[in-house]
Amino acid sequence: MESEVIKFGKNLVAKDEFLSSGHRACQGCGSALLIRLALKALGKDTIVCVPAGCWSGVGSMYPETAWEVPWMQTLFENSSAVASGIESAFRILMEKGRIPEKHVNFLALAGDGATNDIGVAALSGVLERGHDIVYICMDNEAYMNTGIQRSSATPYGAATTTSPAGKVVPGQTTWKKDMPAIVAAHEIPYVATACPSYPFDLMNKVRKAAEAKGPGYVHVLSPCPTGWRFPPQLTVEIGRLAVETGFFPLYEVEDGRYKLNVDRPTLKPVLDYLKPQGRFRHLSEKQIDKIQARVNRKYAELKARVTAQAA
Amino acid sequence: MSKRVPLEGSFAAAEAARMADVDVIAAYPITPQSHIIERLADFVANGELNAAYIPVESEHSAMSACWGASGAGARTFTATASQGFFLMHEVLYFVAGMRLPVVMTVANRAVGPPTNIWGDHSDAMSARDTGWIQIFAANNQEIFDFVLSCFRFCEDPRVLLPAMVHLDGFTLSHVVEPVILPEQEEVNRFLPKYQHPYVYDTDKPMSYGIVMSPDTYAEVKKAQDITLRESKEVILQAWKEFGDIFGRYYSPIEGYRSQGAKTLLMSTGALSETAKVAIDRKRDRGEDVGLLTLHLWRPFPFQELYEALKDAETLIVFDRSISLGGPGGPIISEVKSALFDRRRDIKFAGLVGALCGRNPSVEQFEEIIDRGREIAEKGSSEVLETIGIRG
Ligand SMILES: Cc1ncc(C[n+]2csc(CCOP(=O)(O)OP(=O)(O)O)c2C)c(N)n1
Ligand code: SF4
Ligand SMILES: [Mg+2]
Repeated sequence: MESEVIKFGKNLVAKDEFLSSGHRACQGCGSALLIRLALKALGKDTIVCVPAGCWSGVGSMYPETAWEVPWMQTLFENSSAVASGIESAFRILMEKGRIPEKHVNFLALAGDGATNDIGVAALSGVLERGHDIVYICMDNEAYMNTGIQRSSATPYGAATTTSPAGKVVPGQTTWKKDMPAIVAAHEIPYVATACPSYPFDLMNKVRKAAEAKGPGYVHVLSPCPTGWRFPPQLTVEIGRLAVETGFFPLYEVEDGRYKLNVDRPTLKPVLDYLKPQGRFRHLSEKQIDKIQARVNRKYAELKARVTAQAA
Repeated sequence: MSKRVPLEGSFAAAEAARMADVDVIAAYPITPQSHIIERLADFVANGELNAAYIPVESEHSAMSACWGASGAGARTFTATASQGFFLMHEVLYFVAGMRLPVVMTVANRAVGPPTNIWGDHSDAMSARDTGWIQIFAANNQEIFDFVLSCFRFCEDPRVLLPAMVHLDGFTLSHVVEPVILPEQEEVNRFLPKYQHPYVYDTDKPMSYGIVMSPDTYAEVKKAQDITLRESKEVILQAWKEFGDIFGRYYSPIEGYRSQGAKTLLMSTGALSETAKVAIDRKRDRGEDVGLLTLHLWRPFPFQELYEALKDAETLIVFDRSISLGGPGGPIISEVKSALFDRRRDIKFAGLVGALCGRNPSVEQFEEIIDRGREIAEKGSSEVLETIGIRG
């Protein structure tokens, strides 16, 4: 893909802001950072569909809006389907000569609940049909908007209000659903994971997703101080630890080819990532070992795939 | 020159969408709606219609894609029935509230359980508070005419609301009748190009469906209600112009031998055609009865109802759906409440029947009128009166 790579250096990144300050997200919201960066990468000609979730509310409350691009609130499960309708309409209206030809990005920007759970069928449909949209999952690993309930993206062991750490059940009992793998199984042109702690990597990936002919999907780990229970000034650091421990590897799948974007010779222990977060506070050593073993296995699998393809 | 052709009800709907030159179709199959969207797929595949056809994975997504397409400025069409209609339900409110003139045909079908595929109006009635315009067709010509005219008034800047045209599953969707198809040039004269004033435009960014506090929400809903009510005038104007161009005139409530009749039967959809024969027979026997066919269900045609009942003493309403645990059928309960302050003198009877395709014969319609008259005279201890239902 011939994407113009966004390089490190403040003068090289667009100064335009499409998410204005003054929105109502919590301090240190990883998703706020992600949206700001993603919109810089996409630019002005972008139409955004956001389903129910934190960002259907915190970015706007009548008569105010922080969105400086066309933006709409969709239903919890249908942002991908609405975006597919917009994309189809633009395509046919241009073909019929009813609107001028121009490149517009159609962005569905949805939480992990909207993506992994309630909207998974709609998303699968949009991917399978090959609509030329960008889908960004803002994965804060729970239903934050409604009060930190578990989703299928909530990691094993994390305490949420519907997977509480009780005397008998120690938080979430299931492993995080591997959504990027599910998306990649649709064999769409571009799939990536990203994290706002790696801003240039994130912006480049969003741009690649937009430039792909067909659906582009970016799954972004978005640290959430409120739901994960860590001090808001640690957002970027927590995101880095997720990557450095191998808990959330940064990789991309371009036309089926896997590439690890951050590959450290040795991974930090997952404990470094779990420890600063209140949601993991209750975990026993045994559970942490279990998580470490899982992270090791998944990371090794990913590396094996990358190496095999490179060979 | 217009031409008269034999057409299944489903094909009449598809033909209207084709002649309206719809830009986007997003649909999911369900019996008895499937022929509509299959026909449209054929049109697109054969180059007879230049539209984006989105074969979605569910009705929820069908209506969602219609939302996106209509908001982006495309003339948009879909069709569904029954369970599919219910899966769309959440999205119906948003399409109306977002003021998007999507047009949909509903090949009305009963609701499970028990599992079924046959026709009644239970699906349609569940949408009466969604903010959509709802119109019932009684024959295949009306399906064509109503679908075409819906684009006209839904897209009118004074309206900008979605509409559904109801056609009885199987009784219309799968039955061939002669339909007069107009010339494309006549259609173009009737139907201007769709232009939504607030399309998604990156040069004019706006926020849509924004969160509102209790401070402002109710005013928006009230404005929506006023717009839907006032859309009736625009519908009437459009139907007048439709008549002037195509020679067929429509009204929210159509009377049949109803002028001056003391007893009136009210029915909706295809069964009105059977009821007409029953009325003829009764008239031949000297009975003073007429028929009212309710075409426009939302916005409810209050004024037309008052006028239609000017000389009536007895009104018998036949409902093709059941309001479980409620006051009989939905239409009788609304008609009664509409008349409560105006016409205490009218005697009512409401009968529910024709559920799940058990369509009454002409004789049974005569019985509906006889039973109805009796109930209206003597009253009934039953909240729910049915016809042709055991137990
Ligand atoms: C059909 C439906 N069910 C439930 C809800 C309630 N609801 C709104 S947002 C939300 C959770 C959103 O979670 P996620 O997608 O992860 O976004 P986040 O708030 O975490 O950013 C829920 C359960 C809804 N709006 N619609
Ligand atoms: S709860 Fe989390 S995701 Fe939601 S606004 Fe606050 S920090 Fe952001
Ligand atoms: Mg979430």
